[in-house]
Amino acid sequence: MEQLTFETMIAVFEEIFGGLLFWAMVAVAVIVTLAYFYVLIRDRSMSMRKFLLAQLSMPFGAVAAVAFVMVITDSQLRDIGGPIDLIVLLGIAVVGAVGTAILVYTAQSLFRSARQS
Amino acid sequence: MEEIKGLQASRRAFMGLMAGGMATAIAVQPAKAKKIQTKARIVIIGAGAAGTSLANRLVDRLEGAVITILDPSAEHLYQPGLTLVAAGLKPARYTQSQTSEWLPKDVTLITEGAAAVDAVAKTVSTTGGKVISYDFLVVAPGLVLDHDAIEGFSLDLVGRNGIGALYAGPEYAAKTWEAASKFTEEGGVGLFTRPGTEMKCAGAPLKHTFLIEDIATRTAGKGKHEMHYASNDNGLFGVPIVSEKVRMLFHARGITPHYSHVLKSVDATRKLATFATPAGDAELEYDYLHVIPPQRAPEFVRQSGLSWADKWTDQGWVEVDMKTLRHLRFPDVFALGDVAGVPKGKTAASVKWQVPVVEDHLIAAIEGREGSAVYNGYTSCPLITRVGRAMLVEFDYNNNLTPSFPGVIAPLEELWISWLMKEVALKATYNAMLRGKA
Repeated sequence: MEQLTFETMIAVFEEIFGGLLFWAMVAVAVIVTLAYFYVLIRDRSMSMRKFLLAQLSMPFGAVAAVAFVMVITDSQLRDIGGPIDLIVLLGIAVVGAVGTAILVYTAQSLFRSARQS
Repeated sequence: MEEIKGLQASRRAFMGLMAGGMATAIAVQPAKAKKIQTKARIVIIGAGAAGTSLANRLVDRLEGAVITILDPSAEHLYQPGLTLVAAGLKPARYTQSQTSEWLPKDVTLITEGAAAVDAVAKTVSTTGGKVISYDFLVVAPGLVLDHDAIEGFSLDLVGRNGIGALYAGPEYAAKTWEAASKFTEEGGVGLFTRPGTEMKCAGAPLKHTFLIEDIATRTAGKGKHEMHYASNDNGLFGVPIVSEKVRMLFHARGITPHYSHVLKSVDATRKLATFATPAGDAELEYDYLHVIPPQRAPEFVRQSGLSWADKWTDQGWVEVDMKTLRHLRFPDVFALGDVAGVPKGKTAASVKWQVPVVEDHLIAAIEGREGSAVYNGYTSCPLITRVGRAMLVEFDYNNNLTPSFPGVIAPLEELWISWLMKEVALKATYNAMLRGKA
């Protein structure tokens, strides 16, 4: 590939997931991230209790992310053929895990803050 | 109260950070060069991958140029997707779009084909009887599939009698899958061919073979299918190192190669294919046959005296310099894509690298100077070896491998990431190329 611009990257992701799903996912990611920053700024501290549950949810997020990408791309785990494939796979798993942790932490903070604080 | 103030400050800071980030992203976009004033009349024959991409790039560079593009087809085809359609992985519409939606406003689209080119008088006659004068001509009409050259074969056989022909277009690629899927379920003898002429994407016959073998083994299980691949010469791919790799993969997958076998005729009722070989005709039986016909330049190219006189005489590709794609006898004429008479280079990936070269030389000619861009024969072939894996093979005129990601994506390794590139990233890159942006 000669040029890999931001515009091309967006087009690639739209192609992978379909325009609607991609932008819906972007919207969800942005909303969750903003909500996360909101609860962090509001609470002025991390709650280790909430963080524990968030950490426990990480493996599920990792597996779900990998499964999602596999289904979307007509692939299976047996298609992993070399080191780079493993790196990409682990990358997807990490993104899934971190994303889920943030989601779970934020959800707890938003919905349980009244009782706990 | 203090806390709320702090919160607002943080919010403001956060928003500021976001805005700053966006502003930076916009600011780092490459600056646009000043447009070149010209009254040049540029005619592009063909609104396929090459013609469309070039039209978009020229409109960005030139002010006042009269650009006319000729194409009889209202439909634009994403041809790299046909192998996926013929394996049931994508629907036919995955490859279809409207020609007009990709073209810039400032270009005149004439929905007629070219009938003749007079390179001395510098005119193009259309099939509708129009005569268009040009200062510069870009010949990019693609190629013609010569189905009639195979005796006993016609396109209405595709999809029935175990016959497939994915090159013939989206509907035929979908019908090819109808025939191929029946074969994958029922088992039998699969026979895959390629023509003796130059062809677009020489990897596609192999991809179809690998995909159908993979799907067949998954569907009906091992041992129910016998797979044969008929190659036109002594190799399996034009690049020797890739050919060897494919030979090893064929061996591992139980696909029998038949060298120097060129499909000559088909007997659809007896399910018998006849091949021309150095030792005379050879017959092979099949339950599923994949036909790829000989490929040639359109008739008007050959009739207009644009073709090589001493090379590819049965095929008629345009006589151009292999580095600049400029016609060797008519300097105002360029050729792009499938029709260009250069070794290799009949793929969308080649087009992506050819178009900026022609753009450079054409604009240099308008400005009265010499262009400097050189096309090195780059071609890329994400050679699918199964559903979920491919080899990202990239090479040049000299059969050198030219990996885009050396040390990261190995060209001769069957990788999932290469499959991802083919299945998901390629079309987006292709579309960006059509718009002149990649």
